[in-house]
Order: sequence, then structure tokens, then C-alpha cells
Amino acid sequence: MKSSYLSIAARYLALTLVALLTMGPFLWLLSTALKSGSENIFQYPPSLLPAQPTLENFWRVIETQPFLIYLKNSVLVAGLAVAANLIFASLAAYPLARMEFRGKNLIFILLLSSMMIPFQLLMIPVYNIAINLGLQNSYLGLVLPHACTAFGVFLMRQAFLGIPRALEESAMIEGLSRLQIWWHVLLPLVKPSLATLAVFSFIGVWGDFLWPLIILDDPGYYTLPLGVNRLANTFSMDWRLVAAGAVFSILPILAVFIFSQKYFIEGAMRGAVKG
Amino acid sequence: MQKSPGLVPYLFLIPACAIIGGFVLYPMLHAIAASLTDYNMITESRFVGADNYRKLMQDPFFWNSLGNTLLYLLVVVPFLVIAPIFLALLVNKSLAGIKVFRAIFYLPVITSLVVTGLIWKWVYEEQGILNYFLISTGITDNPVAFLTDPANALFSVMAVTIWTGLGYYMVIYLAGLQSIPKHLYEAAEVEGISKWQQTIHITIPLLKPSIAIVAVMSSIAAMKVFEEVYVMTQGGPLDATKTLVYFIYQSAFEEFEMGYASAAGVVLFLLTLGLSLINLFVLRRR
Repeated sequence: MKSSYLSIAARYLALTLVALLTMGPFLWLLSTALKSGSENIFQYPPSLLPAQPTLENFWRVIETQPFLIYLKNSVLVAGLAVAANLIFASLAAYPLARMEFRGKNLIFILLLSSMMIPFQLLMIPVYNIAINLGLQNSYLGLVLPHACTAFGVFLMRQAFLGIPRALEESAMIEGLSRLQIWWHVLLPLVKPSLATLAVFSFIGVWGDFLWPLIILDDPGYYTLPLGVNRLANTFSMDWRLVAAGAVFSILPILAVFIFSQKYFIEGAMRGAVKG
Repeated sequence: MQKSPGLVPYLFLIPACAIIGGFVLYPMLHAIAASLTDYNMITESRFVGADNYRKLMQDPFFWNSLGNTLLYLLVVVPFLVIAPIFLALLVNKSLAGIKVFRAIFYLPVITSLVVTGLIWKWVYEEQGILNYFLISTGITDNPVAFLTDPANALFSVMAVTIWTGLGYYMVIYLAGLQSIPKHLYEAAEVEGISKWQQTIHITIPLLKPSIAIVAVMSSIAAMKVFEEVYVMTQGGPLDATKTLVYFIYQSAFEEFEMGYASAAGVVLFLLTLGLSLINLFVLRRR
């Protein structure tokens, strides 16, 4: 089977080329971040690898900029937002999947229509509401607008629809309340969908820029994307530091990604199948 | 028989409805109302009827940004619909290390757009790595001014959007590919139909629903481009990269013409709504 070896080799070649295309810019960023102050980063031809790799740029960024605070803020905001999304979406999904009540159709239509509204249209009124509620420069202000999405509600509803009614009915006969059924019977059965929702909300909130940009002016609440942007504005002349800050901001999500790669890609696929 | 749930469903729905109602639906109505006023955060806002919309129609900056956004759509969407199909076909095979490749292709998706924008700003530098690559391979003689030449800037930003989206849509296609029944290929194999023919006659037709979804998702995303522009070009040079959302952002938060910006936002909404309705229609048909 000579041709099949050839086709496998061709496939690996193509895979490697695309991998270079997606990884290349990251590697170039990393190389820049590791170059020492004595090395000319604008020299021509550019040196692909740092002559004397050093971590000094990272230390300088952490010393001169509150990057550890940005990191703490990002982790806190993403964690709270993911938890809120999981709880609120699966709470709302239960009656929509399993109960009959007045106004169900209306709620359905309202939820569905909310999916068509771009945040970019809402940023002005949401900004005003947040100011009126005193949410400027607060974690609550960063999390609340992201705390539940119609996409999440529908994803969880779809998951609940796949659970046999008999399970729920026997739990009722045993005298469990609806809340207990939701927590003890239904949620353990939809863990894959919960993982999907967690991944989607995590990526969305972790990378979010426009909303924090509008609602924060106190750098003490800045998340990593805003911190990196601020760093770029402060040190636009020194790309070593900007690169170090950017690498620093990528590392946490990269760690999460490597650790739970399976959930990211399978979760995204599940989301895709559900539409 | 289940007993009537009474108030229970409403209690379950309260948090979700409060958040989505309070931060999406109510603001939506608010935005439409604001678009009919001269609201600017300084003076008392007055009802001005359709004045903002009339002003938009005569504002060359608005038309420029709308034009840029539509051009964005026309260039980026075909790329993001077609290229990820090949990527998905490439990684839809059980080879050693294929999961690593999938993960690598997905990296740009998890990176925040601000960071992606900065990375590419650095790659696009006049004496940067990309120009070095282009010159040393003889593709160009002189360095390309990717972000500083108005003729190039929008396309350079588009390339970053495409680079970011490849892995995302690849995964959607991968899901589509894996839902195609295996026996179809086995039957084709028995009939002696070549792999290439199988791709054309089995894979692509059965992938149509995914193709439709990617088309709609990527067009809606292209309507909302902001971060790449904000970080790489600030809408410049000479407004060449000013997109609709960047126009809204500037009008609202730099010039504080909130009413006017809201009107532009409503236009954005109507365009997105059109695309979303196509989306729903496509999903229903599936």
C-alpha cells in the first residue's frame, strides 16, 4: 500500500503547515518576549530565536504593572460568570423542558428574540443601567450582564428533554421537591451539557473586552485583556514588554485548555450539533 | 399524573428572566427609544423624531463604516465558510497525534481578540517577521505597509478575523462530518468510487446544514467586528478600517452622542436581525 503511505505523509505535511500558520504568530510573540534588552528586536533580518533567552521582561511587567491583580480579576470574573451561567440556565431550562404553565410560549419567544440582539446595540443602555445600579468598577458589574444567556437556557433545555420522564416521576412519588429533583436527579444526568456550557461561557467572558472597557475606569478591576491593552498603550515602544504581558495573559487559558482540551473541542462540537 | 406545578416554574425562571430581561430586552427598547432623542449625557434629552436617522443617511462617516462592514462580510464569510471544511476533512481521520493538531488549530479561538490583535500588529510590523518572510521568499521586493496603508489596512484586519475563526468553524464542520453515517462510505467503497468522488458526492451534500450554519454565524460575527480594529488600527488610517461597531463606539463613548449612536445601533440590529432570521429558517429546515 505505497499510495496510502504517501497520502498519510501528505496529510501530515498539510497538518504541519496549518499548525505553523496557527502557532507561528504565538511562537514569534514568545520569542520576542524572551529577548533581552540588549538585543535589537527591529534588526533585519529578524532573529527567530532570542540570542540570550531571559525572563527579565516578564519580571519587569509584573513589577511595573499590576498583572497579578489583572489575573486575579480575570479568574474571579470568569469563575463567577461560569457558575452563574450553569445555575441560572439550568434552573430556567427545567420548567421550559418539563412543566406546563401560563406564559410559557411568551417566555420562549422573548428568550429566542434576545438571541438576535447584538450586545453592541445594547452597550449604551446597559451602560446607563449599570451606572444607575452603581455597578461601575465592580465585579458584579462585570459579571451580571453575562450571568445568563438564552443560548445556555436552550442548550440545557435540550439536555433535559433527553431524560426519561419516568425518573422524575418516581422521584416525585418518593416525595422529592422540584428543586431536589433538579439538583439530585436531573443535573447529574446532564453533566456533558453543563461542561459544554461552562466552556462556552468561560471562553466568552475570559476574552471579553468591550464591556469591561466601557464599565471600568479603575485599573484595579481590569481583567487581563484590558491590562494587556493598557500595557500596549503604555509601552508601545517596547514590544518585548508588550509581548511578555501578552504571553502572561495567554498562559492561564492555555493551561485550562490543555488540561480540559477534550471538553473544549467536544463541547464546541456538541454545541454545534444542537445549533 | 403530575400535579399542577403552580408557582414553581416561575420561581425557576426568575433569575434567567431577570438577567436577560434586564440586560437585553429592556435595554433593547431603551436603545430604540434613545435613537429618537438627542440624548448626550450632558443636556436634558429631547424627542427629535427620526432626525438621527436622517442625519445618519447624510453622514459620510456612517456610510463609510457601513461600506467597510459590508466589504468585511463579502471577503471574510466566503473564506470562513470554505477553508474550515478542508481543515475539518484534514483532521477528521484517526492518525497518531491528530488530537494535538486539532488543539493547535483551536488555539486562536481561545485567545482573547485583544491579544490576537496585538500579536498580529507585531507580526505586521514594517520590519516584522511577515515582511521578512515575504521578501526572503521573493513574494514582494519591498516591505508591505499592512496596517498603515489605507489600501491594505482593512484586508490585513480581515486576515486576522479569518485566522481566528478557522479553528472555530473547523470544529462545527467536524461535528457535521462525524454525524455522516459511515455505511455510506462503505457502500461507495464497495462500488469502487474514489475518495475524491466520495467527498464531492457524499460529504459535501451531507455537510450542507453545517455550511449554512457557518455562513450565517460568520456573517453575524463579521457584522460585529470591533476588537481587532480597536487594537490594531483604531479605525485608521483615514477611516479605512472603521467598522459599524467602531463607529457606534466612537459616537457613543468618545463623542457622547448617545442618541445618534443608538440610531446607528438600531441599523446594526436590523441587519443582524435579517441574518438571524435566515439562521432560524435554516435551523428549522434541518
